[in-house]
Formats: sequence, structure tokens, C-alpha cells
Amino acid sequence: MRNVFLFIRRYFHFLFFLLSQVFCIYLITHYNKFHNAVGSATMNEITGRVNNQYNKIDYYLQLKRTNEQLASDNERLRNSLRENFENPDTSNKLVTDSIPFDTLGNRRKWLYQRAKVVSNSVTTQNNFVVLSRGSAQQLNKDEGVVDPKNGVVGIVTDVSENFAVVMSLLHKDSRISAILKNDPGGGGGSVVWDGVEPNYVSFINVRKSAKAKKGDTVMTSGITPTFPYGMIIGTIDQITPDKSTNNFIIRLKTAANFYNLQYVYSIKNYQKDEINKLLEKAKARINN
Amino acid sequence: MSTLVKNILRFVLLILVQFYVLDKIHLNRMVTPYVYYLFILWMPFKLNRTIQMILAFVVGFTLDSFRHSPGFHAAACVLIAYLRPFLINIIIPQEGADSNYEEPSVRSMGGFFQYMIYAGVLTLIHHGYLFLLEAWQFGDIWYFIVKTLLSTIISVVLIFVAEALFSRKQKFRTNTA
Repeated sequence: MRNVFLFIRRYFHFLFFLLSQVFCIYLITHYNKFHNAVGSATMNEITGRVNNQYNKIDYYLQLKRTNEQLASDNERLRNSLRENFENPDTSNKLVTDSIPFDTLGNRRKWLYQRAKVVSNSVTTQNNFVVLSRGSAQQLNKDEGVVDPKNGVVGIVTDVSENFAVVMSLLHKDSRISAILKNDPGGGGGSVVWDGVEPNYVSFINVRKSAKAKKGDTVMTSGITPTFPYGMIIGTIDQITPDKSTNNFIIRLKTAANFYNLQYVYSIKNYQKDEINKLLEKAKARINN
Repeated sequence: MSTLVKNILRFVLLILVQFYVLDKIHLNRMVTPYVYYLFILWMPFKLNRTIQMILAFVVGFTLDSFRHSPGFHAAACVLIAYLRPFLINIIIPQEGADSNYEEPSVRSMGGFFQYMIYAGVLTLIHHGYLFLLEAWQFGDIWYFIVKTLLSTIISVVLIFVAEALFSRKQKFRTNTA
């Protein structure tokens, strides 16, 4: 027993070093678990506040560009006011809760909520955008985020009281279902990031029969409950056939400019809970 | 200024400069310069080694919290804090330089060349380990090697720019004083 203590005392620095390395690697590999467990919401609040202060300066310097973006955003909205409503396939309506319905009785599916970007990174392998809007301002986890021109930015992964962390399109775990605008039926696949160059992502698993050419637009497919149909992900920059499979690998230039994000919109899906409940019910029935 | 106040200021400034200035830069193929670990390079000689490692962890973890990816920088920082005393022992030429001076600098290390080796080796280890942890999930060995070397060169250049801009005057301390 004495020898054990002597050993520990002799190699204390080394053992301490090993222990801290193990702890770091645990943090890296268990990021999501750690995130939920060890009050990282507090960390988010603190870094979010510092970011907020810095952003006041940064925002001022970019006012002109932001203004242009907002003006073009307004123009688009005036041209497409009723775009965000979807009617269910029935004329009977019993529930008249004022929130999910507008005055004409249309059922609201998507709600856009403005959020200010307070921090944004492009240089690391896992990039995040931080928004100064949180659970206290009705922003929830798993909502899609787009920029003012409807370019996809990412998906909300974490919310604290006043801030939200968005997993940017430039993140190794980011995976978004996409289609070609010119050939919606033929070219489905997913958009991922290879971690090399910001503002460029890969569109993979596209069948070679799809009619893709340089400059074509790639947009969200709308089959996941996160993004509506037709949010622009990017334009085709380069097409290479994958030799081992029957697929293309397409390089996209992202529609959102990740170097300059000031205002974004989170998209709330009012039908998501209902769809998810239905799916769970169906799954439960199969399992029984 | 006392050592404690000086180091606290250093900590805050280096983290802010790293996250708000240097993290926005990236040269070709995502080469990003790092300088925040100067905090570890400039820690006093006489600090307890366990405390050195704890401080290194705190620095790394702070930057990680800003970047929302805990673990990466903390791991690399603890590694260089662990290796630092060994390197100082090898490099310092004259007997007792580490007791005559407070912290590593061109003067206390006994020349520009020695200091460059000190900063260069620790930078290479820090970047190599950091990118290894990141590349582990991506896996592209050539990209990894090129990125490590280029980043190391740029970071070392920046360290010397910082060294030239903020000259740290160090008194020669004798036993009698």
C-alpha cells in the first residue's frame, strides 16, 4: 500500500496530466451528453453576453450591408405574402385557437421569427452560430434557421434562456435533405460539409440520372419537418461523378454568406409535434 | 504590476484577441493562426507544475466555451503545459537562468535562437495535437500535416510580432536582492 502512495506521489504530475487528457477526450466525444447535463446553459449565457457586447461594434460597421439585405428581404416578402400558409384537406374546422390561425381561417404551418446573430464562426471544423433569442423568446430546439434571402444557415441545437446555439451548415454533423430546383423528382440527396472550405458544401447521394448542371440551384426538399420546401441551400459549383457508385458528388456554393450574418430567421413548424406524434404511434403499432 | 494582475490581464486580452480577431482570419485551406497559448508560454518558471496544468486547462476551456466545442483546446493546452518544464530544462544553457529571471523570454532563455526553438516546438506540439483531435473525425492525413506545418509557421511569426510589440522588460534577479 505504501508503494502505491509512493508511486502516485512520484508520478503525480504525469498522472494528473493523463487524467486531464482523459477528461478532455471525454468532453470531445460526449459533447452532447455533457451539454445537457453539466449546466452548459450557464456557459452559453456568459459567452453569449460577451458576444453581445462585441457584436454591438461589429454590427455598426456592417450597417450598410445589413440594410441592403433587409430592403431586399422586404421586397421579397411583399411579393409573397400568402406563401407561408397551408390549408389542411378538410373544410370542417372545430378549433379556433387564435395563434395557429390567421384571420381568414388559414392554418399556419410555418412561423418566421427574427433573431440577431451575436457570434458566428467559419474557421473551425465544427462551426456554430449564436443567436440572441432563446427559450424565453419562444425559440425552440430543432428549428431551422435561414438568412434574409431564404438561404439555409443551420438548425438550432441548444437553447438557453436568452441565447440559442445553431449548428451551422458548416459542421461535420450537419446533414440536410435537398433536391435540385430544376429536377425536383430526379435529384434528391443530402448536403454535408467536408470541413475544408467555408461557403462550400457537398451535395451527395445524387443519382447520375439527375439533370444537374453548373449554376443550378439546390434547395431544401421539405420532407423533413425542419425546413419548408424551397429554402435555397446553394448553387452548383462543380460536378464530379463518383466512380465507385452510381452517384454524383456535387460541390455547392452556399446561398447564405457565412462570413457576414447579421439577422437570421428561425422557422417554427406548428405541425411538427402532430406529425411526430403520428409517426411514434405508427412505430409503436408496428413494434407491437 | 504584480505577477497575478499581469497574468489575469494577459488571460483576458489573449482570449479576446484570439476569438474576436484571429478566429475570423483564415488563409488558404483553413489555416488559422493561434496566439492565445502565449499565456502558457509566458507563465513564470517557478509555478507549481500542477497549477500550470490547471491554468492551461482553464485557458483552453475558456476558448472552447466560446467556440462551443469543449475539449479540443483544453487538451492541447494541458499537453504543452505538461511538456514545458522538460523543454525549459533542455534549452536553458547557463546554470540558474530560471531562478534569475521570472518567466521565459528572449533574454532569459539566453538568446533569440533558444527562444525560437522553445516557442516553435511548443507551437508545433500544440497545433499538431489540436488538429489531430479534429482530424480524427475527418481523416485526411496529408491535409492534416500541411495544415499543422503552415499554422505553426504563421503562429510562430505572430508570436514574434507580439514579442516585438509588447516588450517584456525583465529584471535580472540575484540572490542578494
